Amino acid sequence: MNRTLYGNLIFELSKRGRKGYSLPQDYDRTHTTAELPASLRRKDVARLPECDELTVVRHYTNLSHNNFGVNDGFYPLGSCTMKYNPVINEEIAAMKTFASLHPLQSAETCQGALEIYYNLQQSLAELAGLSEFTLNPCAGAHGELTGLMIIRAYHEANGEVRTKVLIPDSAHGTNPASAAVCGLEVVEVKSLPDGTVDVEHLRQLLDEMGPQVAAMMMTNPNTLGIFEPCVLEITDMVHKAGGLMYYDGANLNALLGECRPGDMGFDVMHINLHKTFSTPHGGGGPGSGPVGVRKGLEQFLPTPHVVLEKDETGESRYAVACDAVKQSSQQQGVSQSSLGSVGSFFGNFGVMLKAYAYILSLGREYIKQVGPLATLNANYIKESLRDDYLLPITGLCKHEVVFDGLRDKSTGVTTMDVAKRLLDYGYHAPTIYFPLLFHESLMIEPTENESKETIDAFIDVMHRIAEEAKSDPEMVKSAPHNTPIGRVDDVLAAKHPILTYWQAEADKG
Amino acid sequence: MKEKQDAKVTAPSLTGRVGGGSFKYFPHTEEDLQEMLKTVGVSSVHDLFADIPEAARFGRDYNLPQALSETDLRLFFEQLTAPFNTQQLICFAGAGCYDHYAPSVVQNIIQRSEFLTSYTPYQAEISQGTLHYIFEYQSMIAELTGLDISNASMYDGATATAEAAMMAWDNAKKATRLLVAETVDPKVRRVVDTYAHFHGVPIQLIPAKNGSLDREVLDQELAAGGVAGVIVQQPNYFGIIEDYTGIADAVHSQKGLFVINANPSDLAILKTPAEWGADVAVGEGQSLGIPMTYGGPGVGYMACTEKLMRKLPGRIVGQTLDNRGQRAFVLTLQAREQHIRRQKATSNICSNQSLMALYVTIYLSIMGREGLREVAEMSYAGAHSLRDKLIASGKFKDTFPGQPFFNEFCLDYDGDLDTLLEVATECGYLAGVKVGEHTLMLAVTEQRTPEEIDELCEILGKVNQ
Repeated sequence: MNRTLYGNLIFELSKRGRKGYSLPQDYDRTHTTAELPASLRRKDVARLPECDELTVVRHYTNLSHNNFGVNDGFYPLGSCTMKYNPVINEEIAAMKTFASLHPLQSAETCQGALEIYYNLQQSLAELAGLSEFTLNPCAGAHGELTGLMIIRAYHEANGEVRTKVLIPDSAHGTNPASAAVCGLEVVEVKSLPDGTVDVEHLRQLLDEMGPQVAAMMMTNPNTLGIFEPCVLEITDMVHKAGGLMYYDGANLNALLGECRPGDMGFDVMHINLHKTFSTPHGGGGPGSGPVGVRKGLEQFLPTPHVVLEKDETGESRYAVACDAVKQSSQQQGVSQSSLGSVGSFFGNFGVMLKAYAYILSLGREYIKQVGPLATLNANYIKESLRDDYLLPITGLCKHEVVFDGLRDKSTGVTTMDVAKRLLDYGYHAPTIYFPLLFHESLMIEPTENESKETIDAFIDVMHRIAEEAKSDPEMVKSAPHNTPIGRVDDVLAAKHPILTYWQAEADKG
Repeated sequence: MKEKQDAKVTAPSLTGRVGGGSFKYFPHTEEDLQEMLKTVGVSSVHDLFADIPEAARFGRDYNLPQALSETDLRLFFEQLTAPFNTQQLICFAGAGCYDHYAPSVVQNIIQRSEFLTSYTPYQAEISQGTLHYIFEYQSMIAELTGLDISNASMYDGATATAEAAMMAWDNAKKATRLLVAETVDPKVRRVVDTYAHFHGVPIQLIPAKNGSLDREVLDQELAAGGVAGVIVQQPNYFGIIEDYTGIADAVHSQKGLFVINANPSDLAILKTPAEWGADVAVGEGQSLGIPMTYGGPGVGYMACTEKLMRKLPGRIVGQTLDNRGQRAFVLTLQAREQHIRRQKATSNICSNQSLMALYVTIYLSIMGREGLREVAEMSYAGAHSLRDKLIASGKFKDTFPGQPFFNEFCLDYDGDLDTLLEVATECGYLAGVKVGEHTLMLAVTEQRTPEEIDELCEILGKVNQ
């Protein structure tokens, strides 16, 4: 992109008197906002840009050229499951009938939409091995929070005060953050040198504080891409202490076809539709983070919820339940109360359409191949790069592999440098400096959609960078060289925050 | 362990025809598989799962429909969107979701895969597109609300309000409660109450009087002290434009925060949250031309004063320079966030609704300074015209006489409202939202033509009470 011509902010392209819209002019003008008292009106006109249509189109088209998406190239961003976002799903989600549905129109007028909503709830329950799902949460972290609310509501209903949540030290940052927002206290469970949960430490913690433990949150495969070998023992121990097991679905992709969270003993979980079920990440949303529960916890799910009921004539119809979801098994002493609501309406319905289209496209035949193929791709990369990159955990990995930087540390070339150099070669960088267990974490997740040729080419480039680190370390340390901009000054941004065009203008003085 | 799956997944009544062994999203040929397995040192893909305990293995097929070809998938969704399954109605409903004009440019550009298929912009060098538009979005939200700064977006208006409630509570030193106006959308209040219950924020409801906040009660509560913040809505749930003069000073005198949930579309005309003295403005951005899509995705916005910058939840983009001296944008102030601060973060929010923030940014670029005002004028004019006509029909009465409103209003109807709404539905109209046994709330946007307004009046006028 030509930065001189096209690097402006939209405000800098604005000129008084231009416009980019056209609205009908024939309407009843009996009333105008001039009727409103001045005390209710804004003093100055909002300084929104004034641009003709082509200027706007060109500006944002050019901006898009400065972005890199899955459609542009290999995106091995660990833990983010950057799989292909099928185009047909976009076509379906954009159908006019869906786009023009008002969330408060009666269930009778949108049975088709409710059928999709209901079927997605049911499909996820089957895929997870759980009883019931809510589709209300809008993102993974939102799902975690909702799941923890369910857990707290369950303990409250049992008349128990349990305030602690056990979280492995290798967990994503959202886990402890969600727990804190939900009013829970975080207790870290140590990892063994191989990155898996230290079961002895867990036992100690449960001995110490068992009756206060509300839940344990786990990601499995964990953030190192390792399947927790003691998972059944762990879920059993926590259950015996009266706590519930929460499954963070961030890494669910690895297990599709092979293993279900419900069968491992998890009680509550979230799924990131934007990871495992192929909906686009959109540069950071909108996502969708449905939450599932095992039998006996359904009544705590948030509302609204979509149910299938029979009317007087015995005919099935879909309905919106705004009160507690019906219990499938009546439990003594447990109240029927939903935790409340976690969003304005039903969640990101537009995203759900794409996820359901994906499930139908793959069907029972191909969904089960997702985990195995993603896992094969990751293990293939692991074996192919271990000569040049330090592999701290050598066993089988699942859908992703974590290296601890370059094997040869003498060059001074860091994981950050490797990541930035990858951009020069036309790849997105892997996730870096996470998990925190290693100093130079480089986390690669290839997904099932990548071909052997794509992966081989990536492996070649990774080897080439390892060579460059030896032959020309300065060049690698100053990468990237071929991107629209060079390395940015993060410190300046944080020390002297300029967060709007208006602040930038004021700053010019 | 789960017993027999009782989930009833109604399979599309179409036969899957997806061809032979390979699948369009999986590039692996048999030869690829063999070579890769050899490199890894196992003989089958299932050996890669040998570390999973036998008891946790899933040993059967999923109880799901068979794979559908693209042709059948289209047919399936076409069936579900056929009028007898899903009805497109002429929309006079609002209550937090509005049928505004969506310029074709917006839909076209947000479908660009460089925006659609990218992740959160961690790698600034290849994410300037996303970072650049978020900076523009933040600038536009700041300008509309009159506040200094904005974050990169939230999930929706309700969760943004809940985040503001927690922000006010965590900001307060000696507060005993947070005040929320009863005139805030009950759906938003329910989310605030839910978050507050678990986060440990005592919420006190300030009742409504003739459709607006009971100032007498509010003033008493503020005088009593210990208030972490006050949350109100503008226009309020019933569409009324309230006068919030004086609230900010009283809240600030006890170091509390004044939070206004405002409809951003109306801010082209209405007094800004900053002008009312608010510290935080939040709300739902769906009204900025985002299709209704059964209520989501929309986008929550959140703006605040510079003083609160480090307490703001969510992503924030800042301007900086690159090592070539060029202007560049980057995610900043990350020390507030979960991936750095873990349980001490200002919020657990991680991803937000970035693509919908792009939607809003392009919408506001297209509509611009004059267009957003025109939309507001047309909506205002249409709503007032409809209200006049319905009152003139003699079948409806103002629910809140004398209250100023923008593009949404409540009317009382003596007859059976459900019947009235059903008749309208049969004629293809969504005639509003029932907000009380005899109270109907109607919204009008610039999308509603004078003919539609007249026809709705005619339909409603013909219903026997």
